[in-house]
Order: sequence, then C-alpha cells, then structure tokens
Amino acid sequence: MLTLTCPHCGVQADETELSPGGEAHLKRFGPGSSDEEFEGYLFRRANPKGAHYERWRHTYGCGKWFLAARDTVTMQVFGTYPAWLAEPSDEMRGLVSGQRAGSGVEPGTPTEPEAAQ
Amino acid sequence: MRRYSVFAIAREGFRQHSGWDRAWPSPLPKSRYDVVVVGAGGHGLATAYYLGRNFGIRNVAVIEKGWLGGGNTGRNTTIIRSNYLQDPSAAIYEKSRSLYETLSQDLNYNVMFSPRGVMMLAQTQHEVRGYKRTAEANALQGVETEYISAQRVKELCPIIHIDGPRYPVLGALWQARGGTARHDAVAWGYARACADMGMDIIEQCEVKGVTQANGVVTGVQTSKGDIACGKLAIVVAGHSSVLAEMAGFRLPIESMPLQALVSEPIKPCMDVVVMANTVHGYMSQSDKGEMVIGGGTDGYNAYNQRGSFHHVEETVRALVETFPIISRLKMLRQWGGIVDMTGDRSPILSKTPLGNCFVNCGWGTGGFKAIPGSGWAMAELVARGEPGPLAADFGLNRFREGRFIDESVAAGVAH
Repeated sequence: MLTLTCPHCGVQADETELSPGGEAHLKRFGPGSSDEEFEGYLFRRANPKGAHYERWRHTYGCGKWFLAARDTVTMQVFGTYPAWLAEPSDEMRGLVSGQRAGSGVEPGTPTEPEAAQ
Repeated sequence: MRRYSVFAIAREGFRQHSGWDRAWPSPLPKSRYDVVVVGAGGHGLATAYYLGRNFGIRNVAVIEKGWLGGGNTGRNTTIIRSNYLQDPSAAIYEKSRSLYETLSQDLNYNVMFSPRGVMMLAQTQHEVRGYKRTAEANALQGVETEYISAQRVKELCPIIHIDGPRYPVLGALWQARGGTARHDAVAWGYARACADMGMDIIEQCEVKGVTQANGVVTGVQTSKGDIACGKLAIVVAGHSSVLAEMAGFRLPIESMPLQALVSEPIKPCMDVVVMANTVHGYMSQSDKGEMVIGGGTDGYNAYNQRGSFHHVEETVRALVETFPIISRLKMLRQWGGIVDMTGDRSPILSKTPLGNCFVNCGWGTGGFKAIPGSGWAMAELVARGEPGPLAADFGLNRFREGRFIDESVAAGVAH
C-alpha cells in the first residue's frame, strides 16, 4: 500500500486516507487563453512512465492539499512537499534524480513540469 | 494456412496430432512495411486484420514489446456488451458486439463467444432512472436492451441477494445478446488470420523511437532494428503516452492500474454476467468454473500492473454482499492491467499532429468488448487517412472543441 507523509501535519498516511489529485504544477489557463492552451491545461497530461509530480489531498486527516514525487513504475516515493510551491524545489529534483540513479531501476523519462505547456 | 475443422481434428486424430502447423510464424522484421501497427493486443491485431480484409493492405507488421496478447487483452474480465448511452459509443460497441457473433467463423478460430446476457444492476433510484433512460436510448440506437424488474433479476441469476441491507436490487439493464468470449483466443485468432494474409507479427520487439521527416512519420526504431513505414498506427493502450512522447505529441490520457481476480473453480452457479456499479464489482463464471471478478481502478497514475490491495478488498466486500454464496470462496489469482483513461471515459481513434501517424487508445476499463469494432474503425482510419462514420466522433479534436462523448457521467463508474 502506498504511504505518503503529509508535509502539513506530518502524519504518515496510507493511501486509503488520501485522495489523488492528478498531475502537479499544471499552468492554469482561464478566460482569454487560446483553445489549445485551455485544452492542454484541462486534458493533456505528461503521464510519464517514471518520476511523476502529483497532487494529493490528506482527505481523512488534516484535509490539506500537498504534492508528491513518486515513480509510477516502482511506486518509490521520493518525497512530499507543500502545495504552495509553483514547481518542485531543487532539493526535490535532486532527490528524484539522485535516488533514481542509485535505485537500480531503469529510469523512465523524467518529465519536467515545464514541458507540460 | 491449413483450416481448422472437424475433419482436420479427425485427420490429426489418426496420426497422433503430428500435422498441426504453428498458428503464426515468428519472422524477423523486414526493412519496410506499408503500415506498422505498434501493439499486438486485440486492438492492434484487429486493426491489422481489417486493414487486410477490408482494404487489401497486407504489407503490414504488428510489433509487440512483450508477447502476443500479454497486455490488457489477457488481463480483462472478457465482458462484451454495447448498452451505452451516447450515440457514437453505442454505434461502435454495437458494431463490435455484432462482429463478435460471427468472429469464430470469420477467423476460423474458436473465440468461444458466449452470448449469455449481461445485466447491470440498479441499486439506487438514480440508477433506476439512468438505466431506464439508457434502455430508451438503446431502443433508438437499434441496440437491443431492456429494463427488467428485481424479480426478473432473481430469476435470471438465482444466487443474487436482491434484498441487501445497504443497496437492495431495484432492477437492472439487461442485454440478452451481451456475454463473454475467450480473451486469449481473440488475440490468437486475429494473429493467425493476419499471418495467413502474409502479415508479420513480431514479438519481443520494443519500439525505442519514432522517426519523422517534415512532420510525417517515416518509421520506428526498435530493439530489432529500424523499420520504415508508410503509416504508423499506435495501439498500445496503457503505454500510449509513452509512444506519443516518442512521436512528439501529448495525449489526454492518464494510465492507471485496474485489477481483476478469479476464484477457485466451482460448479456452474451463474450463467449470466452481473455488473453492480453502485457497490462497484462485477462477476461472471468462466467455462472452467472460476468466478471472474473485476472492480475499480486505482485513482492515481501507475504503470506497475499490480494495483492496491484495498481496491480488491472493496470489490470483494461489495460482491459478498450481493452474492452471499461466494463468501467462503478462495481467490486463486489477482492481477492488474494498465488502462488508459481519458477525460470523458471514451476512446480516441484519431489522426495525430504527426502526419500518417494514427492513434487508437483511451478504451480505459472497457476495451475488450470493443476489439473487433475498434479494429474495423481503425483500419478505415489508417487506410483512408480520414475517419469513417464509426470513428468520426472519437477524434483528439473533441477535447479542444468541447465535444465530449461523456460516458463517465452516463455510467457513473468505470465500465
């Protein structure tokens, strides 16, 4: 079972306590944007086979949203961080690239969130 | 290729079955094909088959990373039905269901299609209204379904507990011509028929890259060398996003594990397929006697073909409530497949931003039933370069234009 540590309340929550919220760091487009931008924001996803930055909500705990970096193949969790960060911190990126190198698992394509647009 | 028949069985019976051919050969890839289909699951093989049969395009290779039918084709619960709400869905799934009826004859391969009937239980007032509406819509679409009473449900499937404490059965949407088929046989049958037309089916051949020139696809780089192609069809279900990235575009798809499990074999006790969408479980009995059980997807992206245990627990809990008879059954096997979920839970059969590259994906949790219809429509799209009537509404452009085929609302759950 997937276990994530909520960065807000510090609880090690297993996935039945959490709600997944899909890809993190999507750039939001609203009124005035082009159809293509709006479609990208609403539907197009990196869906990487490998490291994935994603949103979670600690629904049956503190109720707050947070972000996590997780490998979609090995299910390894690299870390969690608060949802107010617009992009993963250097520390989180380092954790992803560093742990991947030592994990002995063939890395998928780590998708940088900026490429989502 | 030698045809299978009762005479062939008799003939081979007299010579220790020494004369059977391999059902399909394992060739090395040629340097160029008119069409390369990536993915030798049901949808990919069906695409190749109808390219040959309906359009005479036979210089085709179907390449596969693993083994034939080893992905979702071999990992589903084999349910076949076409009782969808939206017109485009009903059209393609009904085409598919009708093709299944004669598939064994068409392919000269017994796919064990068993039109035993499929019922979707209504266990809330909302579902009662929803399924009555679907039955009316199906009548207009020419899909034979009916809304039946709880009493009729009990008659058709005596092991159901219709007076459950939480969700009593109030009725059901019944499609008598739905059923199941042998999933492996569907892949094997199409593969054999494709090989018979001179197509190459290349297993253990992973695509590493897609080559292009001036915005048009020119070939694929694989673990067995470069293969040039005139047209490329990407039919890889859960790995569609990975292939799309190689081809240089992004899809509105998220990949998630969907689990299924089977029990130990028991005596025949259930000769219909039952889907209980409110409590989220579905069950049928295989010819071997195993109860085949499916549930819901994990809610987050993963490619691990396992899934989370608590989903199995939820599904089994729901089914024990609906079928008390199974409470002491032991479960033999559990597995997961990676399903490709779109925003509106409808598939994508589409041209792509890359010229001569076509994609067939997004069948999500309900791809098996669609295999023949999907192949039929995809072959038309690949051969003509433009979608035919079956595929027209399933283009990628629907997400930009807001023209959804919203089966997620219609079904309320995975389907």
